[in-house]
Amino acid sequence: MTQRHRIAIAVNGTTHDVEVESRRTLVDVLRHDLGYTGTHVGCEQGVCGACTVLLDGEPVRACLVFGVQADGAQVQTVEGLGDQEHLSPLQETFSSAHALQCGFCTPGFLMLVTAFLRDHPSPSDAEIREAVASNLCRCTGYQNILRAVRTAADATASGDGSAGEPS
Amino acid sequence: MTLRVEDARLLSGRGRFVDDVDLPGQLWARVVRSQVAHAVVRGVETTEAAAAEGVTAVLTAADLPDVVIPVRTRVIQESLEAYQQAPLARDRVRYVGEPVAVVVAEDPYAAEDAAELVGVTYDELEPVLDARGASRPGSPTLFEGRGNVAARLEMGYGDVDEAFARAAHVTRAELSIGPQSGVPLETRGLLAAWTGDRLEVWGTTKVPHFNRRVLASLLGSAEASIRLHGADAGGGFGVRGEFYPEDYLIPYLATKTGRPVKWIEDRSEHLVATNHSRHQAHVIEAAFDAAHRLLALVDELWHDNGAYIRTHGVIVPDLTLSMLPGPYRVPSYRGTAHVVLTNRTPCGTYRGPGRYEGTFVRERLLDIAASELGVDPIELRRRNLLAPDELPLHRGLSAIGTEMRIDAGDVPGLLERTMNEAAFDAWRTEAERLRSGGRSVGVGAAVFMEKSGLGPHEHGGVDLLPSGGIRVTAGSTSLGQGVETVLATIAAERLGVAPPDVTVVLGDTDLVPDGVGSWASRSTVVAGSAVAAAAERVATIAREAAADALEVDPADLRLVNGGFEAAGYPERRISFAELASRATDGLGARETFAVDHMTYPYGVHLAQVEVDRDSGGVRVLRYFIGYEIGRAIRRELVEGQLVGGAAQGIAGALLEEFLFDEAGQPLATTMADYLVPTASEVPPIGVLICEEWPAESNPLGVRGAGEGGATGCGAAIAAAVDDALQRPGWVRSLPVALERARTQA
Repeated sequence: MTQRHRIAIAVNGTTHDVEVESRRTLVDVLRHDLGYTGTHVGCEQGVCGACTVLLDGEPVRACLVFGVQADGAQVQTVEGLGDQEHLSPLQETFSSAHALQCGFCTPGFLMLVTAFLRDHPSPSDAEIREAVASNLCRCTGYQNILRAVRTAADATASGDGSAGEPS
Repeated sequence: MTLRVEDARLLSGRGRFVDDVDLPGQLWARVVRSQVAHAVVRGVETTEAAAAEGVTAVLTAADLPDVVIPVRTRVIQESLEAYQQAPLARDRVRYVGEPVAVVVAEDPYAAEDAAELVGVTYDELEPVLDARGASRPGSPTLFEGRGNVAARLEMGYGDVDEAFARAAHVTRAELSIGPQSGVPLETRGLLAAWTGDRLEVWGTTKVPHFNRRVLASLLGSAEASIRLHGADAGGGFGVRGEFYPEDYLIPYLATKTGRPVKWIEDRSEHLVATNHSRHQAHVIEAAFDAAHRLLALVDELWHDNGAYIRTHGVIVPDLTLSMLPGPYRVPSYRGTAHVVLTNRTPCGTYRGPGRYEGTFVRERLLDIAASELGVDPIELRRRNLLAPDELPLHRGLSAIGTEMRIDAGDVPGLLERTMNEAAFDAWRTEAERLRSGGRSVGVGAAVFMEKSGLGPHEHGGVDLLPSGGIRVTAGSTSLGQGVETVLATIAAERLGVAPPDVTVVLGDTDLVPDGVGSWASRSTVVAGSAVAAAAERVATIAREAAADALEVDPADLRLVNGGFEAAGYPERRISFAELASRATDGLGARETFAVDHMTYPYGVHLAQVEVDRDSGGVRVLRYFIGYEIGRAIRRELVEGQLVGGAAQGIAGALLEEFLFDEAGQPLATTMADYLVPTASEVPPIGVLICEEWPAESNPLGVRGAGEGGATGCGAAIAAAVDDALQRPGWVRSLPVALERARTQA
C-alpha cells in the first residue's frame, strides 16, 4: 500500500494542509493538488529548471523534491511575484527586454533570478551568465534574459526599483 | 504596458498550458512503448496491469479499429499509406519508443506503475540503422514485402551532364547531418473529454483544424462534434502539434471510458517519441567554368526517415532538394533524394527543415571548391550569387507543392552590408593574429535563402464588440512566437488603438471557423495579411456607420482612441462600442488571404570560433546574422526569432544529436544526453534586420522570420572550424565531432 502523509506547506504566505503520497513530487503537489500551475515541468530530471521554486528562500528543482520534504516549509512560486495587473519590477524587465517567448521556462527563471539578485545585488556579467546557465530556455537564445537580469540588477543597485524582491 | 500582449499572463504564471487544465473525474494515460528497435510482437500481456490498483483500462492494438495516422503535407502522388503508423503497434515494432499499449488510471503515478506491469514478448529482428545501406538490395527490411525506400524524389532543370562535360573544375563532397529535433521545453500533452454530445480536446496546437478533420475521420464522428481548444504552447519548432499516435489514443480513451483522460508526455518519452529530423547523408557535386562560375549542381541524398512516414510525408527531403540551389545562379541542377525507412524515431520537420541541411552541404561544397580553386570563399560566393536584376526568377522547381518564384532581393548587397556591420574583416584579422600566437581561431560565412508565407490561404476576422473590445480571430496558432502580438499590432494600427486593446483568439476550432495553421514561417505573412484586410474593411464599415450617426461626411472623420471624431469637433464622437451596439448584425469583417507563391527571405551568417586544443571543444566567440525581412511588423520580435533560432542552429552544429547504439537503442533519453545549449554555450549574437525588399506577394510586404536564425548556422560554424584548424573542408558532418576536433587542433 502506498503511504500517505498529511503535510502543511506555506505557498506565497498561504498555508495549505494536504495529504500526499510519499513519492509525490513537490511540483505535482503545487500544480495538481494546490493549483499553482505557474510552476512548470520540463524534464522531471532536474536538468531544465522550469520547475524552480524557492524553498525556504533557496531555489530548488521542485521535480526533485518530494512534497513531504516541504512539510512545514515556506515555498515561493511565480504567482507570488506579481499578478497580471501588477507585475513586479523583475517581471516588467523580462517583458521590456523581450526575455521570454513561449514563456514556459520563464517562471523558473524568475524564481532563480529572484534568489540570485537577493544574494548577488551587484553581480558581474560573468556571474549573471553562470546563474542563468542553471536553467534551459529553448526560445530566446538567452541574450535577452541576460540583458533583463543585468537591467534588473542595475535598477536595484541604483535604488529605482525593487527587482529581485518578491512583492 | 508589456512589450507583447502575451507577456503579462506568462510572466505571472497565469498562462494556460495543457497540463494546467484539470477536469473533475479525470483519468491519466501512460503509454507503454517498445523497448527494442525492431521485433515481431509475439504477445502483449495486460492482465496484471489491468488488475493493478487504480487502473481503469489497458488497451492494445487488438482493441483499436484498423486506422493509421495520415499525411498532412502531400507533395507527391504516390501513396505512402503502407508506411504510415498505427496508433498502437500491431504485429511488429520498428523503433524504441513506439506505442504498444496504453494504460489509464486514476492518477499518473498509478498509470506509470501499471504500465510497467504490461508484458510484451518480442522476437527481435536485425535493426536497420544506416539509411544508405538500407536502400540497397539485400538489406533487412522494416515492412514485409517492401524495400526500405519509401519514396524517391527527383527534381531539377537544365542539362547537367553537358555542364559537367565542359566544366573547368569539378568539386565533390560527401557530407552528413545527424538526427536532431526541436525539443521544446514543454513536452507534448493532451486532455480529452466528452461534454454532453461533444468531444473537447486541449493540447493540440499548430494545425488544429487539420487535426480536427483527422480525428473526426479516424473516430468516425462529425467534425462539428469535436472542439479543439486553444492553449499556450511551450515552444513548437515544427515538432509540436502534428497529429501523433497519442492524438488519436487520448480522445479514443475518453470515448471508451466516458471520462476525461489526460496524457502528459515525460521527457524521456519525448526524446524517443516526438519527431526527429535532419538526418541525411549527401553526395554533392558542383561544376565550375574557368572563371569560377557555377555551371551545375548535382546532389544525391539519403534521408533517414525513421520507422514510419508521419504527417509530414516527404516534405523534409522535398524541401532539401528544392531549396538546395538557394541564392545562387545555378544554370543546371539535379537533385535526387532516397527517403529511407530505418529503425529510429520517425521524422518530421524541425525549424528550417531541409534548408539547414541543404545550406550546410551547399556552403560546405563552395568552401571546399574555393580551397581547391585557390580563391577566397567570400569571393567565390560574390561571383555566383543571384544579382538583383536576375529576379524575379522562376527556377523550374517546386517547393511544398508550389512553383518556386524567387521574387526580389539583393543577396550580394546583403552579404556586403552584413560583413561591414559585423566588421568581419576585423574578425578575420583577429583570428589570424590569435592563430599566429598559437590559438586555433577561425572565421566562416554562409549565405542562404529561406522560404516563407506558404499558402494556399489563411483566414482573419476582426470584430468590434458592443462591450468595447476588439477581437481578432485567425487560423494561425500561438506557439510562443508572439503571433498574438503581431496580429494585434496589425489590427491596432488600422483601427487607431494600441495592441493591448485587441484580444486575439487563436487555435479554438469553435471560435475560429477554419485555418491552415502555424508552420512554414507563414503566420505573419498569410494570417497577418488576412487580418490586415479584415481590419481595413471593418474600419471602412465603422466609418460609414459613424458618418451616419454623426451626420458628417465619412472623409471628415478621424480614427481616434477606439472611435471616430469629426475633424475639428472632438465633442462629435462615437466609440466603436456604441457603433457595435447599434449594428444589429454586429460590426465585423472576415477576410481570406490567398497566395500561390511563397516569398523568399535570405540571409548571411558569420561566425568566429575557437577550437580548444586539449578538449576538442568548439567555442563560438562571435556570431552575426544579416537577414532581409521585407518589412518587420515588430522588430524586437523578429530579432528574438533570429537570435533564438541561432541558438538552436549553433547547438545543431556543435552539440545536439540523437545517438543510437548498434542495436538501435537511443542513447539520448535525458536532457543531460541531448545537449540543449545553456547560456554558457550561446555567444552574443549580433543581428542586422534589413527591410529593403518588401515582398511583392502580400500587402504587408513581409517575409517570414521564424527560421532564418537557424538555417545558416551549420554551414557558418563548419567553415569557421575549418579555418580555425587551417584544414579546408575538414568538417564533413554535423554536429562537429569534438573528439575528432581534438586530434586535429
